[in-house]
Amino acid sequence: MIRVEDLVVRYGAATALDGVSLTVAAGELVALIGPNGAGKSTLVNALAGLLRPAAGKIRVDGRLALVPEGRHLFTPLTVDDNLRLGAWRAKNRDTGHIYELLPELEPLSRRPAGRLSGGQQQMVALGRALMARPDVLVIDEMSLGLAPLVVRHLADNLRERHRDGLAVLLIEQNARLALELCTRAYVLEAGRIVAEGSAADLAGSPQVAAAYLGLEA
Amino acid sequence: MGELAQYLVTGVGIGCAYALTGSGLVVIYRVTRVVNFAQGSFSVFAALTVTTLLAAGLPHGFAETLAVLLAGVIGLIVGLVATGKPGTTAQSALIVTLGLGVFAYAVEILLWGDQPRSFDGIPGSVGGIQKHYLLIIGVTAVVLGATALLFARTDLGRALTATAADPYAARIVGIDVTRMGLLAFALGGALGGLAGVLITPVQQVSFDSDVALVVSGFSAAILGNLTRPGLTLAGGLLLGVVQTLVGGYLSTSYQSEVALIFMLAVLVARAGRRDVLEAA
Ligand SMILES: Nc1ncnc2c1ncn2[C@@H]1O[C@H](COP(=O)(O)OP(=O)(O)O)[C@@H](O)[C@H]1O
Ligand SMILES: [Mg+2]
Repeated sequence: MIRVEDLVVRYGAATALDGVSLTVAAGELVALIGPNGAGKSTLVNALAGLLRPAAGKIRVDGRLALVPEGRHLFTPLTVDDNLRLGAWRAKNRDTGHIYELLPELEPLSRRPAGRLSGGQQQMVALGRALMARPDVLVIDEMSLGLAPLVVRHLADNLRERHRDGLAVLLIEQNARLALELCTRAYVLEAGRIVAEGSAADLAGSPQVAAAYLGLEA
Repeated sequence: MGELAQYLVTGVGIGCAYALTGSGLVVIYRVTRVVNFAQGSFSVFAALTVTTLLAAGLPHGFAETLAVLLAGVIGLIVGLVATGKPGTTAQSALIVTLGLGVFAYAVEILLWGDQPRSFDGIPGSVGGIQKHYLLIIGVTAVVLGATALLFARTDLGRALTATAADPYAARIVGIDVTRMGLLAFALGGALGGLAGVLITPVQQVSFDSDVALVVSGFSAAILGNLTRPGLTLAGGLLLGVVQTLVGGYLSTSYQSEVALIFMLAVLVARAGRRDVLEAA
């Protein structure tokens, strides 16, 4: 689905990604964790084609949709209009199936997206991405700033979509959540992948446990 | 009809031209964040084009429509020159539009000379009011109504609004932000062209008529923070009426001062609260 090889991305003279390689297979749930400023969002923007790599290769098979960090809804537009624009590239912009997947959005459909709570906005951002009928979904900082209950609900939803065959690359600062939800994970630090493996192995590794799970090594 | 009523209808008619000019500025600003100082040139260019087309024997209606479409194309070209290069800031694009406005003077003088020109509108009058003013009001109502529907009811309009609201998010969902900006410029060009084509039969046009139109149109648009079409319309109509009343009861020589004072008053009132161009 996604294959990234030796990716280098620079902002001017600053190197944000320095030889990153990563894969997400069809239907796989993969986590990317790492501290603030590691380059996670840079990778996301490169995957979405919004940043030009200085070197390396990006291959995406099928449709990729993005739930960006900070949600980035179209705040003056209604929830329904936000959803419709998620399918801008597609011709069918009917929002009905999204309200079936995320029923809590239906009563909000005519409300301006800017008036919703953070959790509701994240739900709309997810719905907007799903409108593109993606094969792989990239979610940048899904849980940031949200209440635990809301995060739980989002995670359950993601599991369901995964069961429907969707591949997911989940970027999280909440490593505990990411490792619990995903089967495989990468750890990015200062623009380089410093660890990768099954979520269980990584959760059991002393370094990861100490740095990201708040446990004593 | 009484004198006051006549002034009011005339004022609304003139105000429609300001509202169209202001709406062109708003459409362009909302989508691209560029204040288009070449906006008045669209009007002048279209109006002067109509004089040529009519002289060449084209019928009324057709000549005006063609000139408005041409103004749309010129709007597109201004957009390309001002914003086409990736990474252009709104500030530098603004300077480019200012330069293009001056360049337009040279082209217009070269093509049409520096003397005022005009052409006939709808002849006749009802109740002491020239019928042409009623045409201006009717066409403006239809066109601004259609523009409002475009933004509120079509996916293309939603995409334009989305581009204005969050260009990054717009790119994420696959909206071509540059193309939306160019479309806004084309739409702004056509609205400007329409203003010029409608107003010329009652006012004459020369190469430097853009200044009065832009000052008034900008005053109307700034009332709505350059982003609110409804307030822009209200501002344009109010300005047209006040100018006409001042011209009718005091002196026509005060008319341009009215627009300037109006603009300054709005700017000062707004600046007291927050920076106008940043707030939107
Ligand atoms: N638009 C930008 N221009 C310059 N530097 C940037 C830009 N975006 C991010 N950076 C820098 O690149 C590095 C990686 O940032 P980012 O990808 O946002 O990290 P993360 O998402 O992991 O927190 C940081 O040092 C950040 O300051
Ligand atoms: Mg980030």
